Amino acid sequence: MIRTLARPALLLLAQMVLTLVLAPLLPGIVNKVKALFAGRVGPPVFQLYYDLARLLRKGAVFSRTTTGVFLAGPAASVAVPFTAALLVPMGGATAPVSFAGDAVVLAYLFGVARFFVVLAALDTGSAFEGMGAAREVTFAVLAEPALFMGLATLARLSGGPSLAPMLTAAGQGWRAAGGPLALVLTAWVIVFLVENCRIPFDDPNTHLELTMIHEAMVLDHSGPPLAAVLYGASLKLWVLGALVVKLCLPHRGTWWIDWPAFLGGMTLLACGVGVVESIMARLRMRRVSQALIAAVVSGTFGFLLLLLA
Amino acid sequence: MTPNLLLAAIMLINFMLVASSRVSKCIQLAALQGGLLALVLLLMHDHWPFHVLLMAFSTAAIKGVVIPAMLNRAQDRMKPQREPEPYVGYTLTLVMAAAGTGLAFILARRLPLQAGNLGTLFVPASIMALFTGFLLLTTRKRALLQVVGYLVLENGVYLFSLLLVKQMPLLVETGVLLDLVVGIFVMGIVINHIQTAFDSQDTHRLAHLKD
Repeated sequence: MIRTLARPALLLLAQMVLTLVLAPLLPGIVNKVKALFAGRVGPPVFQLYYDLARLLRKGAVFSRTTTGVFLAGPAASVAVPFTAALLVPMGGATAPVSFAGDAVVLAYLFGVARFFVVLAALDTGSAFEGMGAAREVTFAVLAEPALFMGLATLARLSGGPSLAPMLTAAGQGWRAAGGPLALVLTAWVIVFLVENCRIPFDDPNTHLELTMIHEAMVLDHSGPPLAAVLYGASLKLWVLGALVVKLCLPHRGTWWIDWPAFLGGMTLLACGVGVVESIMARLRMRRVSQALIAAVVSGTFGFLLLLLA
Repeated sequence: MTPNLLLAAIMLINFMLVASSRVSKCIQLAALQGGLLALVLLLMHDHWPFHVLLMAFSTAAIKGVVIPAMLNRAQDRMKPQREPEPYVGYTLTLVMAAAGTGLAFILARRLPLQAGNLGTLFVPASIMALFTGFLLLTTRKRALLQVVGYLVLENGVYLFSLLLVKQMPLLVETGVLLDLVVGIFVMGIVINHIQTAFDSQDTHRLAHLKD
């Protein structure tokens, strides 16, 4: 009895602790790679931890026009990726929480987070934040079908609507269904970059409000709420990155191979993001929606390919 | 071995063609597609008799090298100018191409095909290439892009005829390739005339009267 309970408990603990502790490393790795590309030393890999510690010690300033909704944005942007991390299998073939249809829950959990972040942005009454919110939801509308077409392909591959078996089947299925999976991977990488506001779709380091998408929405946060927003962004990067990594990673069944492989995959992904950010320019705003539609088409095509071939 | 993955790549190239706005990139993509067609032809046969090899080689040479080189030459001679906006935007054509792909899959299922050809992507890929070529021909304003559209359309016809390759002599194919070269040649001359007459290769201007 205790042995059967111990494994899931250990998995839950390992996954949560690793997610919570390691997530802020990813932006650090991305920035380090970017700095190396530019020939700079760059900020230390642990910079985000320092930033979070600094922000948490500061006081928060709230605009007089804001209401309680303003704090719902930072709260949701931490709580939601954390919840979503429970649904995604990371090291092994199973996730701490798994049930039929959890893939849909995962997709809409991020929808909930977006809803609250947008509400918080609109709550400030700032024109820039409203503009950022409008852009964010515009692109989200297009990113969602791309994610879902990928999920549908994986569901078809694994024969069930549960995320953990879906991703495991994908990891094992590259030999049998490489074409559809490559298309899904393309779609998901685009979704991953858009959702996490990375170049070429959005620039996380931009300081011009007019060109921002996500950053424009969090301009008015300060102190601990800003720390929550930054930490939430890194968690989201981690969870969506885990989706992409697990899509490519075959599952071996022994934890001392699977976990290091997963962590290595995440590091590689972060390096890849850094390389992309170094060698690509930002797309014009109207090309972003085109790239997202291309992602949808890619996912749909992968699904059709799997259905018919 | 069924060359389904190659066919999928050919279909993906169609999507890229529809989405990209640069002429030189479109020419490259069309060249790549031509090269893949030759590979498909090779993969269809288990052993390669001389005429198949010749056919694959000439396909790769003509569709992958000669015609793109001609198009590139024409492109280089053109005066650099701003891309005219197409009649239908890139995003919308991409959506239309996606819808066309769905239609191609449905159509392919309805066609009375030989049993061996049902599972393969030959028919959807060829119908989709036809549709994409048609889209490029009708929605783009630049004459060169329209030629690329014609090339893609012909690639679709070629793919469809590959299905019959075991029954029909490759002579017909060779004839088609020759036709294609002549067609592109004529188009090149026409584009040149458009360029000299209108000082631009925007075919939209052909609709206006001029003294």
